[in-house]
Amino acid sequence: MNAASTASDSVFSRRNWLKSLAIASLANPQLFASQAVHFAPKARRIIWLTQAGAPSQIDLFDYKPGLAEFFDKDLPDSVRDGQRLTGMTSGQKRFPIAPSLFQFKQHGQSGMWLSDLLPHTAKFADDICLIRSMHTEAINHDPAMTLLQTGHQIGGRPSFGAWVSYGLGSENAELPAFVALISRPSGPTNAQPLHERMWSSGFLPTKFQGVRMSSGKDPVLFLSNPPGIDIDRRRAMLNDVAAMNRLNFDESHDPETLARIDQYEMAFRMQTAVPELADLSKESAKVFERYGPESQKPGTYAANCIMARRLAERGVRFIQLYHRGWDQHNNLPSGIKSQCYDTDQPTAALLGELKEHGMLDDTLVIWGGEFGRTVYSQGTLTTDNHGRDHHPRCFSVWMAGAGIKKGHVYGETDDFSYNIVKDPVHIHDLNATALHLLGIDHTKLIYRFQGRDYRLTDVHGEVVKKILS
Amino acid sequence: MLRVHTISRFLRPYLFILLVAVPTGRTRAADPLRFNRDIRPILSDNCFACHGPDQATRKAELRLDRAGDWDGEEFVRRILSDDPEEIMPPTTSLKSLSASQKELLKRWIADGAEYESHWSFVPTVKPTTGNNIDEFIRAELTQRRLEPAKRADAATLVRRVALDLTGLPPTIEEQQRFASPEAYEKMVDYYLSSPAYGEHMAVAWLDAARYADTNGYQVDRDRELWPWRDWVVRAFNANMPFDQFTIEQLAGDLLPDPTLDQRIATGFHRNHMMNEEGGIIDAEFLAEYTADRVETTAAVWLGQTFNCCRCHDHKYDPFTQRDFYAMKAYFHNVPERGVGIYSNPIRTNSPPFIKLPSPELESKLSTINANLKRVEDRIAAVDVGDVDLWAKQLSETVIEWKQLELTKATGGDQPPKLAENAVSVGPQETRTNNIEIVVKLNHTRPTALRIECETPDAEATFLWSELKVGQAIIRPIETEHYKLVDNDRSTRTRLSVTPEKPAQAIFVAETTAEESEVVITLGVENANGTTQWRIFATATPTDLIASESIVAIAKQEPSKRTETDQKLLVDYRKSQKAEYRRLTDEATALRKEIEIVEAEIPTTLVMDEQKEPRPTFVLMRGAYDKPGDSVSMATPSVLPQRADDLPKNRLGLARWLVSSENPLTSRVTVNRFWQQLFGVGLVRSSEDFGSQGDLPSHPELLDWLAVDFQESGWDVKRLVKLFVMSETYRQSSSHPVDVNKNVDLSNTWLARGPRYRLPAEVIRDQALAASGLLMNKLGGPAVKPYHPPGLYEQVVAQRDNPQATYKQGQGEDLYRRSMYTYWKRSVPHPSMMIFDVPFREVCSMRRSRSNTPLQALNLMNDPTYVEASRFLAQRMIQEGGETTEARITHGFQLLLARTPSSQELKILVAALQRSQADFEKDAEAALQLLAVGESKRSASIAPTELAAFTSLASTLLNLDETITKK
Repeated sequence: MNAASTASDSVFSRRNWLKSLAIASLANPQLFASQAVHFAPKARRIIWLTQAGAPSQIDLFDYKPGLAEFFDKDLPDSVRDGQRLTGMTSGQKRFPIAPSLFQFKQHGQSGMWLSDLLPHTAKFADDICLIRSMHTEAINHDPAMTLLQTGHQIGGRPSFGAWVSYGLGSENAELPAFVALISRPSGPTNAQPLHERMWSSGFLPTKFQGVRMSSGKDPVLFLSNPPGIDIDRRRAMLNDVAAMNRLNFDESHDPETLARIDQYEMAFRMQTAVPELADLSKESAKVFERYGPESQKPGTYAANCIMARRLAERGVRFIQLYHRGWDQHNNLPSGIKSQCYDTDQPTAALLGELKEHGMLDDTLVIWGGEFGRTVYSQGTLTTDNHGRDHHPRCFSVWMAGAGIKKGHVYGETDDFSYNIVKDPVHIHDLNATALHLLGIDHTKLIYRFQGRDYRLTDVHGEVVKKILS
Repeated sequence: MLRVHTISRFLRPYLFILLVAVPTGRTRAADPLRFNRDIRPILSDNCFACHGPDQATRKAELRLDRAGDWDGEEFVRRILSDDPEEIMPPTTSLKSLSASQKELLKRWIADGAEYESHWSFVPTVKPTTGNNIDEFIRAELTQRRLEPAKRADAATLVRRVALDLTGLPPTIEEQQRFASPEAYEKMVDYYLSSPAYGEHMAVAWLDAARYADTNGYQVDRDRELWPWRDWVVRAFNANMPFDQFTIEQLAGDLLPDPTLDQRIATGFHRNHMMNEEGGIIDAEFLAEYTADRVETTAAVWLGQTFNCCRCHDHKYDPFTQRDFYAMKAYFHNVPERGVGIYSNPIRTNSPPFIKLPSPELESKLSTINANLKRVEDRIAAVDVGDVDLWAKQLSETVIEWKQLELTKATGGDQPPKLAENAVSVGPQETRTNNIEIVVKLNHTRPTALRIECETPDAEATFLWSELKVGQAIIRPIETEHYKLVDNDRSTRTRLSVTPEKPAQAIFVAETTAEESEVVITLGVENANGTTQWRIFATATPTDLIASESIVAIAKQEPSKRTETDQKLLVDYRKSQKAEYRRLTDEATALRKEIEIVEAEIPTTLVMDEQKEPRPTFVLMRGAYDKPGDSVSMATPSVLPQRADDLPKNRLGLARWLVSSENPLTSRVTVNRFWQQLFGVGLVRSSEDFGSQGDLPSHPELLDWLAVDFQESGWDVKRLVKLFVMSETYRQSSSHPVDVNKNVDLSNTWLARGPRYRLPAEVIRDQALAASGLLMNKLGGPAVKPYHPPGLYEQVVAQRDNPQATYKQGQGEDLYRRSMYTYWKRSVPHPSMMIFDVPFREVCSMRRSRSNTPLQALNLMNDPTYVEASRFLAQRMIQEGGETTEARITHGFQLLLARTPSSQELKILVAALQRSQADFEKDAEAALQLLAVGESKRSASIAPTELAAFTSLASTLLNLDETITKK
């Protein structure tokens, strides 16, 4: 019997247990009740480095030296095996194989094969666990990203971060528990759109939704006081509002009114805490050097990686970065280089900093996109150029940090990086595993909506025990 | 019951609204058991998943959702068992029964295990235990030893009724007119007849109908459906009976001789999202749209969660997967596609849609069309002289092409390479970068240019969008190449070249200048390979230049030419005439004008019926590509069947939904209106009347209302009036002073009036109305009020979407009611989202009511509210009288419809004086504050005074009471 049932019978119904827990931790947001989770958590927070548009596993992680001799040969039908195609290549007459144009080398003690496109990440080969056998059902961006985020292809369900925020509450009284940061590619790539739904709370109460933070005047929407209202004037006004609300409460006895007073106080604290958080100017030159040339430009992936570390330091539980621009239907070689320029060095810098500050031990970092890309070329294949279409049957994701095996490769695909031949990991499994590391049994983090108990992993998902340390 | 209160009281200071289930523990030991009330919820939650309606997952062939031949003793033994191998529900289900639940089940078995039909499927019968709302409510209160609250004072009720019926605060004149209890009914009638009533009532319906101004999914371009939204407002204002409201929206097009309005009404089921993403599979998304219609219809009218039976039989309710697809068959005959059709770039709607031209636009169009006809007649009459003679000359002409020297090439995604007078252009993606090539002419004044394109790759496909030769006017000799010289980058020619099949295009120069060199601009887009370009020139007279196919015709004997060929020849000859070109230019301009006018004509998405019905199949596991049995239109088998005289189409379905035999529609509908007025439905789960939903707190009242509503002819205004006239509604909403004595924090039993945070739209509209900024105008396209910058840019695809940036509106657009605010599904307006408006991607029947710091930030800092504060301040100063107290009281009344208490006034006067003194010391700050917003500040008021009042007004707008209906 776990803690859930002993706590539940007298006061809470079993199924509402985690719900009440979330409220309880809000009641005292300073307290992170670690006994509240299903088992001892390894991770206190997650940093999800979402690579939107689907990075090519063949060019980054899934080393297939044998492909060289298949250049411009047709993909054997037996490999494709009736796989459905997107409307973009279904009219294509041939499916010529495009071996990666990039070299792979072995790195670290573990000898992990990684592409030369990732020289910085490669320095952390011994810290990451590379899953080469991810798979999904969705074949187009919007349903696939929605599945990755919410466990379901159609919008309307809570995203991962919202579930975590609901289940565990916040560790910081001044900041939201779930923050989303978005960056656009520096190159001329077509950046696939995102959607507010991806960090929304779905049918969970709105308070659990991700708060989008941006660079600029208002890192959080409507954060700054209007011109002419300084902090003292705001404080005085809030005192008036609170005094009036208290009089109102004396008459109405409505607990909502007291909650409102508290929310205004939290808003005021955010007005100080968030600008301090978003102000990177006090970061040392060494830090910027480490995160690379883009890191001094507000709103870039590199700058957002620095923000991610700062958010983690302040106890934000779920930090999700989105970097767009991986959708290389054509001109993949130049496009992917530009994407790696944007992401490789900052990602490695973040891992490095977390490690040095001892935070990688209780932070789970996840890097990956919504599906993979095809081994065959979309459009014309030449010796120095090609494109790749969407590929849901296999892709690569890496995890690092709290509770995850280091320098480990999990799963295997066939010679064409087309089908998984060993240890498949579905998105539901990935999510179940990440929740597990937070100390949550994914089958028990539930919320009743429209008469049904919902969870992040729907009715699926198995913890991938073999990648746990 | 107890458990709910324990949580709530414990956490009181940190509460957001808990959407707790209506507790079921009504049973005292002596009461007889009622299956629906006491037993079904336990069985449903713990047993039905394996022993319920879904045949596929049923274990041990045991079915507990209806009476059957099963062993009661064994049942009791298993639920009481301590043996982990034996206990039910099994440990693996993560479900368990509490001691009291076990006790209830034991009693139920001992009493003979009687079943009842699920409560919401039982026909509605008007109960005789009461004859109005208050009787039912009071009876329940008496039983629970609860005292009803006093009636709220008149001022409170004026504001409550105004906000509930119109979504706007009462004006001071209205407050005075309705200040006495005797005026109450007159007030109710007054607000029911206000046009604002229709607008306010429409909002909840827009949530249910998933109304938005964009298509959703990833591309998320604009659509036009606002004429449907305006139809809803009109229908509420005209008090259209709810059965007619239903029929017109689901099947207005199938009514005999449908009016334009009845066709507009069918937009209801075109509100679902539409996917325009490149590469999607048509059938997959058509299946999504039709499923969405089924799920929405089931939720809105039947209160059933049909989404559960899309992939399998329902686990809790007696609906089969077949029921789902039989219902889908009704919605599956629309002539539509899974991928939206937007062939005409100016059109934002995908068929079927209808045009709604105003009389002005119609007459404008007919004028242009008449002009066009005249020009076309003149084109037909252009004199071409002796065609045969010209053809002879043409056939004898040999054109000498000389390759031109190229000196420079720039532009494109990657720099083009220049070698041996050929420009090599690599693969291209972006649509903005033209290639520019500098060409040596050496003052030769060519009459025509030939452009050749080859590829070293296996194949190169690209879009050729543009060609410019310096300032010269050029003309292609092939019609398809007109797209290149029309100065319109959105029209393009798709070309595909291979080493065997290069492409070429010839352009004659209508004007030339004697130049030494000229810049040729090439638009090459979406190229998937490398292309090589060479340019040739000739001095042959332009009359003697033609395409190979024309020359071939010219070479034939005139008598042997086919009619088609002869026409081609004559038309080409015409195209060489200046007069012809002038006239065709004129015609082109007129056609463009028609396009522009057409684009101004609003359209609206509608339902339509194909002649040939699409076959419908059960989709295995819900997958679009796994069809199973074929099904035809049918209503769910567990519910009373359609009368035979109903047509077998959407119209029949709509009539069935509102037929007196249908037990659900009236219950679901009165409950939803109840929820709108009382904040929470009699059935809390207003979207789920199934066995996992909440039980009605007052089942008899619900049935009484449902029957009464039908008997009244589905009269919505009468129903709403019934609610607000009740003493239950008119009670004070204050919680009892001694909170420890309060046993009904969630107000399930209604011992006090409704008290809830206002909906997002009302919060903003109230601020605009009280400050005098509100622009009250009914209907029309969506407007774009203030919006934080940068939100679209981060997430919207720039390439496919002309709306990739939020372009704020101007003037009155900034101050319209919030229901008219542009709703973009991928980035909905943030201040609406902050206050819990749903995404509008799928049907939503109930909003959450959160209480967050982001709301505080929004109300304090959004320019909307800062500007409204300034206007409210102006009203306080200009209308409020001479004294500070009078002015503050005026502002207070505009927002809260009451005068402040002396304590409140003391706080506010002190606040004003502090601000006044403060801004006098810092006049610059005062000016800054007053500059927020597009409107100008009143010049007749001293800035420091105005700033002080503005600051005070902002305080008022941020009060809990201001954003609460009390």
